[in-house]
Amino acid sequence: MQLTVWTYEGPPHVGAMRVATGMQGLHYVLHAPQGDTYADLLFTMIERRDHRPPVTYTTFQARDLGKDTAELFKDATRAAFERFQPEAMIVGASCTAELIQDDPGGLARALQLPIPVVPLELPSYQKKENWGAAETFYQLVRAFAGPLAPPPGSPARAPNPEPSVNLLGPTALGFRHRDDVREIEGLLRELGVRVNVTAPMGARPRDLQRLPEADANVVLYPEIADVAARWLERTFKQQTIRTVPIGVGATQDFVREVAALFGLDPAPVLATARSRLPWYSRSVDSTYLTGKRVFVFGDATHAIAAARVAAKELGFTVVGLGTYGREFARDVRAAAAALGLEALISDDYLEVEQAIAAAHPDLVLGTQMERHIAKRLGVPCAVISAPVHVQDFPARYAPHMGFEGANVLFDTFVHPLMMGLEEHLLQMFREDFEFHHEAAPSHLGPAAKAAAAPPDPAPEVAVVDTVVWTAEAERELKKIPFFVRHRARNNTERFAKERGVGRITVETLYDAKSHFGR
Amino acid sequence: MSGATARTVTETGCHDLPVLYERGQHEVFCGLTSIVWLHRKIQDAFFLVVGSRTCAHLIQSAAGVMIFAEPRFATAIMEERDLAGLADMNDELDRVVGRLVERRPDIKLLFLVGSCPSEVIKLDLGRAAERLSRAFAPSVRVLHYSGSGIETTFTQGEDGCLAALVATMSSAAAEAAPSLLVVGALADVVEDQFRRLFDALGIERVGFLPPRRADQLAGIGPKTRYLLAQPFLADTAKALERRGARPIEAPFPLGAEGTTAWLEAAAAAFGVPAERVDSVTEAGRERAARAVERHRPALGGKRIFFFPDSQLEIPLARFLVRELGMEAVEVGTPYLHRAQLERELALLPPGTALSEGQDVERQLDRCQAAKPDIVVCGLGLANPLEAAGMTTKWSIELLFTPIQGYDQAGDLAELFARPLDRRTRLEV
Ligand code: SF4
Repeated sequence: MQLTVWTYEGPPHVGAMRVATGMQGLHYVLHAPQGDTYADLLFTMIERRDHRPPVTYTTFQARDLGKDTAELFKDATRAAFERFQPEAMIVGASCTAELIQDDPGGLARALQLPIPVVPLELPSYQKKENWGAAETFYQLVRAFAGPLAPPPGSPARAPNPEPSVNLLGPTALGFRHRDDVREIEGLLRELGVRVNVTAPMGARPRDLQRLPEADANVVLYPEIADVAARWLERTFKQQTIRTVPIGVGATQDFVREVAALFGLDPAPVLATARSRLPWYSRSVDSTYLTGKRVFVFGDATHAIAAARVAAKELGFTVVGLGTYGREFARDVRAAAAALGLEALISDDYLEVEQAIAAAHPDLVLGTQMERHIAKRLGVPCAVISAPVHVQDFPARYAPHMGFEGANVLFDTFVHPLMMGLEEHLLQMFREDFEFHHEAAPSHLGPAAKAAAAPPDPAPEVAVVDTVVWTAEAERELKKIPFFVRHRARNNTERFAKERGVGRITVETLYDAKSHFGR
Repeated sequence: MSGATARTVTETGCHDLPVLYERGQHEVFCGLTSIVWLHRKIQDAFFLVVGSRTCAHLIQSAAGVMIFAEPRFATAIMEERDLAGLADMNDELDRVVGRLVERRPDIKLLFLVGSCPSEVIKLDLGRAAERLSRAFAPSVRVLHYSGSGIETTFTQGEDGCLAALVATMSSAAAEAAPSLLVVGALADVVEDQFRRLFDALGIERVGFLPPRRADQLAGIGPKTRYLLAQPFLADTAKALERRGARPIEAPFPLGAEGTTAWLEAAAAAFGVPAERVDSVTEAGRERAARAVERHRPALGGKRIFFFPDSQLEIPLARFLVRELGMEAVEVGTPYLHRAQLERELALLPPGTALSEGQDVERQLDRCQAAKPDIVVCGLGLANPLEAAGMTTKWSIELLFTPIQGYDQAGDLAELFARPLDRRTRLEV
């Protein structure tokens, strides 16, 4: 039994819903009680979809238990088939139905519907949303492409005259999937590579039968597509492109990987100054980004990518790296080790909060959960990964992948921080009366004064203070610009506590400054 | 409608309104959802759902933007090893609760909330609550109720919670003076308004269930008269009656008319003369009438369709039809508790189409065919209906917003007027 306050991932059937909702012509019959219909709002409210997800819930009740839940399932499946006329169906159980063991797959088969029905076994008490999406996609790919598998020992497939790939992994409710796909399709087109099928998002079940026609599979989101891609690789001897093109360096690596695979020349695509990130990062204004302490947390793919961009492309210091996704924990551990860190592998929100607080970052790159943590700690934050929020579906084109994605990342990571030149001027004039301790950053506007003052007080967290500040030290602290004062205060208190200093004097303040100075 | 006429209840309706009973896919949250407002209301209570990852995800999704530092609710997620019998479920639960109580010394009242999985495996939360109550006495009291989707919808979770609280109310002495118990979670601002009104009416001993703090729970006995402030509290009503309390029959305090009738019923039960009621409520009635009147041009004559959700549908329809001149096309409700809603049903115009239960697909067909001006529905349906050209109002907001009483009558009307107003503004 696990005590959970907030969860990073929903149950595995929500992953299946993400696949079904992303696809066309597929319907999902889910054996589940009525409350589970809440999942519809993830798609209609958070993603603002204009259609209900293609899901029928049986909504059995206590009085149905032990009597006719199986019959209910059959009726619901038949009715869904008649009403929605899907090309194919997936059927399965939610956590509650798993316990009553009605065997949705068997029941659906017994109906002998004239369409393919793919049964899903998603163990709700072991697995989570991403796993559920990956498993659902894999089962669908197998069900539709499996019959086309060449017999063992067949000769290797001949390459297509025009190189082609499948883009695998984008789903409904995915973090920036909509825009990433457009960006990567464009990039591939420029390279002269055709996209054969993009799936699950936008694909119909019968499109999955065309997956084997491509030369290679691009695993855009390993959390969702890795299992299916491995199976395609084994079964159809397709190549797999594993570089996830997030950030300038990774996008260049991706271009090179694709070009090498097909014997194409990557130079034209690489030569054009595709992203503004490299120049923006080198421009003098960005000097102030140097060594900013960044804590990164998200799904494995986005966390690893963000850490690379933060360290190598923006000159930040990564002080924490972690993921809630245990399936790819190994990759995150390796990425963290390369940065001299120990990865945080946890889906316990409180543990993540503790780790962030202990790392004293200047910036948090995380999920919507970390956004709340950062807000409480008074640290700026940018969102880089699911779980998603309505804000993660911006109206504008805002991919995280490809060269345009790198531009978006620059803005996303840098804007929450103080503007460089502005920070510099504030440093120079910190004694000036207009930069008194209540002044707010000008980019927040005049109204920001009140809002920028104390970070949201955490309504239910007690703050314990065991060190006292002398009046003189307090006065000195106020001379420090407001945007670093919070950190200066925390660092000094930490310094004092670690050394058992009960009274903070001006001396202590400057001792701490030299201790933490960089 | 003037303040004076608004308070006279004329029973124009028919007690036997046609009811369409539906059994198909329900598109309603389960009772766990009510934790989202209950934990804000009872400030030293903690709600621990004993369930699955789905349950945790539901509450989090329903709570939406309301992310608190460390909320006073959590889920003990059952895992494979619990179900496979590798770990003793009760030991595990004790361990989780122990950790929680240690972490949150501010908690005085802990609810173990049952879910579908805990009920299907027949985990006895009643016994667990007793055991844990003993273990943590006297600092923490542990109660239990069901919020499961196989037993409860949405607001019924509050019913279960309050019924559990009733069992722990102290018995009022037989010679105690008569007291009034107002039942159903109300926003603090509304509660305070009502308290002032009861005070002015001279009803002195007034308790509210749920109380703001666990130790403020009122006593109960044969001299207790209870007055429901929410229409979805059938089990709580039964529990109160088992403890000797007697009901005060009234419509619900939505709109000027409902609020007046509700206060009048309480006043009558406590022997307050009608003139006093008149003078005490006059200012409120007038303010409410004025505030409601402002929205009449936008809402009058408009046709409204209710999908079943909060069980507030019938009182809301009554308010919108009688005070704003709307027409109710279909009033869906998850359950029709006739005993609690008799007064409300009597106020609906004859022929009002009611539906109980749900077959969401068929109901969507009816809704499309009826082409109402505004649809009240859950969050899963709202955007798809908007995309199909309908104007919608999310029902969950009706639970999170103060809507009861005179000074909220205008706000309540506005909740329905705003989506219509928005439609007329947009030219995109
Ligand atoms: S319907 Fe049941 S399983 Fe689903 S969230 Fe509600 S209590 Fe949990």
